[in-house]
Amino acid sequence: MTDRVSLGQDFRRIAGALAVPVAVLLFWELLSVSGIFRPQVLSSPVAVAVRWFAYLAPTEAYNPKTYSWISWALSGELLSDTLASLGRVVVGCLIGGGLALPLGLLMGGSRRINRAFNPPLQFLRPIPPIAYIPLAILWFGLGNPPALFLIAIGAFFPVLINTIVGVRNVDSIYLRAALNLGADRLTVFRRIMVPAAMPYILAGARIGIGTGFICVIVAEMIAVNSGLGYRILEAREYLWSDKVIAGMFTIGLLGLGIDLCMNRLSAWLLRWHRGQEN
Amino acid sequence: MIAIAGVSKTYGTGMQAIPALQDIHLAIAPGEFVCLLGPSGCGKSSLLNIVAGFVKADAGQVLLDGKAVTKPGPDRGMVFQEYALFPWMTVEENVAFGLEIRGARPQDITPRVGSLLRSLGLAEFRKRYPKDLSGGLRQRVAIARIMALNPPVMLMDEPFGALDALTRRTLQDEMLRIWDASRKSVLFVTHSIEEALYLGTRVVVMTFRPGRIKRDIHIELPRPRNTSGRAFNELKREIEVLVMDEQARYSEAERLGRPG
Ligand SMILES: Nc1ncnc2c1ncn2[C@@H]1O[C@H](COP(=O)(O)OP(=O)(O)OP(=O)(O)O)[C@@H](O)[C@H]1O
Ligand SMILES: [Mg+2]
Repeated sequence: MTDRVSLGQDFRRIAGALAVPVAVLLFWELLSVSGIFRPQVLSSPVAVAVRWFAYLAPTEAYNPKTYSWISWALSGELLSDTLASLGRVVVGCLIGGGLALPLGLLMGGSRRINRAFNPPLQFLRPIPPIAYIPLAILWFGLGNPPALFLIAIGAFFPVLINTIVGVRNVDSIYLRAALNLGADRLTVFRRIMVPAAMPYILAGARIGIGTGFICVIVAEMIAVNSGLGYRILEAREYLWSDKVIAGMFTIGLLGLGIDLCMNRLSAWLLRWHRGQEN
Repeated sequence: MIAIAGVSKTYGTGMQAIPALQDIHLAIAPGEFVCLLGPSGCGKSSLLNIVAGFVKADAGQVLLDGKAVTKPGPDRGMVFQEYALFPWMTVEENVAFGLEIRGARPQDITPRVGSLLRSLGLAEFRKRYPKDLSGGLRQRVAIARIMALNPPVMLMDEPFGALDALTRRTLQDEMLRIWDASRKSVLFVTHSIEEALYLGTRVVVMTFRPGRIKRDIHIELPRPRNTSGRAFNELKREIEVLVMDEQARYSEAERLGRPG
C-alpha cells in the first residue's frame, strides 16, 4: 500500500522533472522539421543526437593489431577533445590557484603584505581574463601556453579574494585557544588559519574553476587547435550546426561534471563544517 | 602558585574610559579552587584574559611561580564558555593538538589522549567532529584538551554557563574529581552563586566599576557539598547580598546607558 503510494509519488516527481525538457525538445524538433530554418542554422535534436554519437565513436575501424580495445574505444574525437579541454582547465587552475592561495594567505594574515600587494591587484582585477588574449598570444605564441595563462588568470582572482576574506574572518577564539595550547605563529597559520578559512577558499576555487572553464573555451576558439572550443568553431566553418550543438552540449556536460567533482571534494574536505550536509 | 599582583586595566580613554579592573591582588595556591563572582561587566573575563596572557594589564603583573607572565602559554590552560574546540579536528585530534605541536612523539600522544578520553567518558566519541557533540560533551573535550598538557593552572570562564542544569552538575562533579586528583590551581568565573559555593575552596566577589575584590571568602563546607543543607544556604544568602549590591550598581549603569 505505502509502496504503491511512494511509487506513484516517484513517478510524479520524475514526470515533473522531465516535463519541461521534453516539451522544449518537442518544440525544437517541430521547429526544425517545419522547414522554417535551414538545417545548417538549426538542426533537429535527433540530428544532434546522431551527430553526438558519431562524434563520440572512434574514427577508424577496430584493428586489434595496432590498438588495444580500450584505446580504440577511447579514440573518438569527442573524448580526445574533452580530455584536452579538461586537462587545460585542471593545469591552468592549479597554476592560478596555486599562486593565489599562498598570496591570499599572506595578504589575509599580514597587514603589511596586504598594503604592498593590494593596490596593483585591485587595479588588475577588473580586467576580464579574455582581454589578456592578445597579450597572451604575443607573449606565448599559439597552443597551450596562452590558454593556460588565460585560465590561470581566470582562476587566480576568485581564489585570491576568497582566501583573503577567509583568513580575515577566522574567529579569534580559535587563535586564542591555539595560543593557549602553546602554538607559535607558524603553527597557528598552518593548523588554524588555513583550515578555518577552508570553506571560503573552496568557494573561491569553485568560482575560479568556473571562470577557468569559460577561459578554456575562449582560448581554444582563438589560440589552440584542439579541444571542445576549437571543435565547435571548426564545425561552424563547415556549417554543421548539429555538431556545433553537440559540442556545446558536451561543454555543458563537462562543466557539470567538474562542478559535481568539486562539490564532492568540498563536502569531504568540509565534513567537519556545520553548514555542510553530508 | 599563581599570583595576580596589583593588576589594573582601563579600556578606552577620556570620557569613554571604562575602569574594568583596579588594583587586583589575588594569589591561588596549588590545590585551591577560586570562584570569581560578580555582575556582568565587572571585569571577570578581563582578569582571566590577563592571566592567560591574551590581554596586557595597564599596571601590575601576573606571576607564575614567581616569574612574570608575558604571553599565552600552555602552563595556564583555559576553558572558554564558547568551547572554542577546533571544528575541523575530531575529538581525538583536538585533545592531541597541544601535545603534537609541542613535539611529543606519537607513541606518547596516543596512550595519553586515550586515557584522558576514557576518564572523561569520551572514548566512543573519539572520531566525531565537535559539530556532532552536545554542549556538555564539547566542554568535556575542552577540559581534556588542556588536561593533556597537565597545566599547573586552569582558567575557566563560565565554562558551564550554556549547559542545562543536569549536565552542569555532572560536569561540576567531573571538574571536582579532576581538581581533587591533580591539585591544580583553578580560577573559575561564574554567574551562579550556587555553582561558586558548590565548587570553590574560596569565593571571590568583585565590585562593579571599577572592578575590585570586594570579599574573599574561604569556604570550609565539607565535600561533597549539599546544596540544600543549612550551612550551604546561609552562606549562599550572605554572598547573595554582596553580589546583589554590585548587581544594583550594574543595573543603574545600564539604566544610564553605559551597559557592561
Ligand atoms: N576589548 C575591549 N574594549 C573595550 N571595552 C572592553 C573590552 N573588553 C571588555 N570591555 C569592557 O570592560 C568591562 C569588563 O568586561 P569583562 O568582559 O571583563 O566583564 P565580565 O565580568 O566578564 O562580564 P560578563 O559577566 O558579562 O562576561 C565591560 O564593561 C566591557 O564592556
Ligand atoms: Mg565575561
